[in-house]
Amino acid sequence: MNKTISQEFLKGFWEILPPFKLVLGLCPTLAVTTAVENGIGMGLSTTFVLFFSNVIISSIKNLIPKKVRIASYIVVIATFVVIVELVMKAYFFSISQQLGLFINLIVVNCIILGRAEAFASKNPIYLSAADGLGIGLGFTLSLILISSIREILGKGTFLGMQVMWDSFEPFAFMVSAPGAFVCLGLILGIMNLFPKK
Amino acid sequence: MKEYFRMVAVLTIIAALCGLLLAAVKKGTEKRIEEQFLLNVQGPALKKVLASSTNDFIGDREQITIDGEQKVVFIGKKNGKSWAIAFETMGTGYKGKIGVMVGFNLSQDMISGIGILTHQETPGLGARVSEAVFTDNFKGRAINEAFKVKQDNGIIDAVSGATISSRAVCSAVKKSIALYATIKDKVLGKK
Repeated sequence: MNKTISQEFLKGFWEILPPFKLVLGLCPTLAVTTAVENGIGMGLSTTFVLFFSNVIISSIKNLIPKKVRIASYIVVIATFVVIVELVMKAYFFSISQQLGLFINLIVVNCIILGRAEAFASKNPIYLSAADGLGIGLGFTLSLILISSIREILGKGTFLGMQVMWDSFEPFAFMVSAPGAFVCLGLILGIMNLFPKK
Repeated sequence: MKEYFRMVAVLTIIAALCGLLLAAVKKGTEKRIEEQFLLNVQGPALKKVLASSTNDFIGDREQITIDGEQKVVFIGKKNGKSWAIAFETMGTGYKGKIGVMVGFNLSQDMISGIGILTHQETPGLGARVSEAVFTDNFKGRAINEAFKVKQDNGIIDAVSGATISSRAVCSAVKKSIALYATIKDKVLGKK
């Protein structure tokens, strides 16, 4: 029943797509998806943290005593989150201003601790790397999907460029917090129309 | 006993290695972050509030002590004469402190403009207090006007859906007006 590296990579795009199939990581999914730029920034930051924390945790899994494993995972994850925060401030200043606190909150993102506990701590490094990358990119695409819907309907723009006609009245509800829930709920509903395997 | 020792040792080693890595990354990015901050946060706001100055006002900043507190004051000069000053004050917004750079015209005792420096307001809502539509409300106002949002019988049009953030900016402006006279005297007195 050993899965191949490509299977581990691809499962993050549909089978266990984080926000929709696992319904995990909802805090960033709901909070930062008011603009596509933020969605991309958040998604790629999470992917970076997920990839490296998976690789590191997988490579030291045999050294960590069982009782302190969660504490060890959190220290590793927090380290990469702070790295993302510093690098983002130094090189992508405007996005880091937009995302603010939500970058730090990646530490407590269930997806990352979940993959560390459920996958990286039981599987070899190369599979953990594929898993982290796949789930991370799946998460990024999910955020881009939600933020596109919200930005286009809520502001009439895509990546800051006007895409709707001139007399288009922005549907401001979509960029507010309740709009995020409605948007997520509709997408979940549509995805549930596809039969589960 | 052996197990406990192992737990402590492993956690300590992991934490130490992570700390080391972070210290290295911090050292590597520290200077760039500071530059980016001055350039992206203070820079555009200063350019707006000290517009038409001919000097390098980021370089010409001064440390002024008021009631034991250090304040960085940026001084705008025209033809070698100080015509405006700008400094930062804080207001408490919806999710944290909002830093507001307020510029004053020294000869007319009016606000030459304000710029929002740092905030953690909701993107798309409270964050819109940094847009010109809102900040232009303050431009050219005499310092004795009622800097309150219209809901509180003031003169400022709040950003719709973001009254708390708008109030925070007003309160920061009021704080800087309270400091203005003292700072003005110190800046001009030095000349």
